[in-house]
Amino acid sequence: MNSAKPLVGSFVRIQKRDLQSLVDELKAVHDRVVGPREIDSAIVYDDLDHVDQLPIGVIDHQEGGVYRLTHESSDSHFDYVVGPQSLKSFLFPPHETISESFRKDGQWEIQAVETPATRIAVLGPRACDLRGLAIQDKVFLEGPYVDPGYKRRRDALFIVAVNCRRSVATCFCHAMDCGPAVTSHFDLALTEMDECFAVEIGTSAGGVAMDATSWEPMSETEVAQAKEVSVELEESMRNGTSARQMETGGIRELLMDNLEHPRWQEVADRCLSCGNCTMVCPTCFCSSADEVADLSGDHVRRERSWASCFTAEHSYMHSGNVRKTTRSRYRQWLTHKLATWQDQFDSSGCTGCGRCITWCPVGIDLTEEVAAIRGE
Amino acid sequence: MVDRQSVTPGNPWVAQLARIQGIQQELPSVATYDLVLEDPTVAEAFKFQPGQFNMLYLPGFGEAAISISSDPSHLASLQHTVRAAGNVTTALSRVHVGDQLGVRGPFGSSWPLEACRGKDVVIACGGIGLPPLRPLIYYMIQHREEFGRVHLLYGARTPGELLFTDEFPPWQAAGIEMAVTVDLGYDDWTGDIGVVPVLFHRLNLNAHKTIVMTCGPEVMMRFVIFEALARGIDPRNIYLSMERNMQCAVGLCGACQLGPKFVCKDGPVFTYEQMEPYLMLEDL
Repeated sequence: MNSAKPLVGSFVRIQKRDLQSLVDELKAVHDRVVGPREIDSAIVYDDLDHVDQLPIGVIDHQEGGVYRLTHESSDSHFDYVVGPQSLKSFLFPPHETISESFRKDGQWEIQAVETPATRIAVLGPRACDLRGLAIQDKVFLEGPYVDPGYKRRRDALFIVAVNCRRSVATCFCHAMDCGPAVTSHFDLALTEMDECFAVEIGTSAGGVAMDATSWEPMSETEVAQAKEVSVELEESMRNGTSARQMETGGIRELLMDNLEHPRWQEVADRCLSCGNCTMVCPTCFCSSADEVADLSGDHVRRERSWASCFTAEHSYMHSGNVRKTTRSRYRQWLTHKLATWQDQFDSSGCTGCGRCITWCPVGIDLTEEVAAIRGE
Repeated sequence: MVDRQSVTPGNPWVAQLARIQGIQQELPSVATYDLVLEDPTVAEAFKFQPGQFNMLYLPGFGEAAISISSDPSHLASLQHTVRAAGNVTTALSRVHVGDQLGVRGPFGSSWPLEACRGKDVVIACGGIGLPPLRPLIYYMIQHREEFGRVHLLYGARTPGELLFTDEFPPWQAAGIEMAVTVDLGYDDWTGDIGVVPVLFHRLNLNAHKTIVMTCGPEVMMRFVIFEALARGIDPRNIYLSMERNMQCAVGLCGACQLGPKFVCKDGPVFTYEQMEPYLMLEDL
């Protein structure tokens, strides 16, 4: 073991089997260590005790409405890309109690519910999901009002990111300028090489965690080789058929100048308005707040849950639902994601992760919808 | 594991308790609730601008976004004029003086007091659209010399549905030029019949020194805007108050989006210039 901790910004190497030392160290410091696991024929985040639980040798195949895993006899630890979950559910949980009210002797007391955050170390997020995290940080932490629950959980999150070595057909992070290289918002970033992992140190906490491993310094040539993994993948995504493409130039004006385009009806005829795309999206942040009372009505929890612009309730007013049609709901989702998000948060709301394409039960593909409106 | 000791200061999701110190039944389905915040520190710090709203919370029923309808200089009486329409507002119609409810706020943008100074003002509202403008009317009466002519155009479906009629004579005496119309008059109604935008026809406006503010059903506001534009009033000098579903009121829940705007934090008061690309679109 080295005597000095690796410096922030440096690259070090660990042998593949030594990844367990890192997991053990993270388990010692955090309440939970989660990583990619193969469960019910999908790659999901779940508790990770041992690196043997990683989906080693698993390859995913994704298309519009299609997600399949195959198993190969390789020792590749991370050659599947993103499953249905992103980091979103760790920071912005699907359900959260935000306040509780108690009535005693006819008098109410309203209390904030501020559950201390579980300290989670997560292994495996890709560049697209780190951008998703950065986008949600902007929504929940950087506006005039801070979401206190999100902040607590965000402050307690430790991230071991992974650079993708392959893409699936629904990926388009390169088109959204979000990947495939991991560039920020990580404590450690792994690149899987033939015999070892190259580890980029993102934060001093990351350096401290690496101290538990038998890390070795990397030469400039070796660092260049590790970086080349992302460069080669990006080239293949740009040039080949291993990814979706989306032209983003002027996309805000393109969509906002075409709010009455016939394509909205065309896509609405296929869309089930099920909201799957909003559930799997790493950036969709809409929520509803609902009352959960006990039978006496004296104890009431106020619960915030993920909401979707594809539901009628989302735009409900006493005078009726504002968005009465699937056309208007799909239009809201797509224009928000790709256009008005820029007005609101100075970036696109899309990371190019492709989940909304894969997990759409009818395979609606936003890159295809944008191209159609563009007249391609 | 719930830690109630370390509550984030200013947790924007959590309501403060208030007590109902008065209920004025305005119409069979509309009442004004006069609230006092229970925590003296919270009450002391509470200030609002005309046009802002609070989230009123009835535990077990939920929250509703309600504009503050009282005098911004008289904070001991914090009034909200509510029509029983949905789940929460119907539950509110059953509360009594002395009952408690939760309040979060004030939220949102306000009517443009600065832009109005030295200008003529047209306030055009319909039905339950008058309460969000009442704080502004009080302010203008108290600072009457800072404004030019102040026109209040108000309409309701029937004479019986006009709000705050007791206050019309003092408002007129204080220099508010009022025109009131109803869609449907009864035998004893001697006033105007017709929609609010039509009242513009009797105004002689100087387009370059007039600010128009409107609140009411969207269709009414659209026609108010047409009338204002037809008189050469700049879209930047036309203000409207929008309404959308709100869950959080602080830009975190996404429900109130209207084009690029969050009605809760960018609005509810917008200029027509801001709303022009979106206001005329069906289902946006």
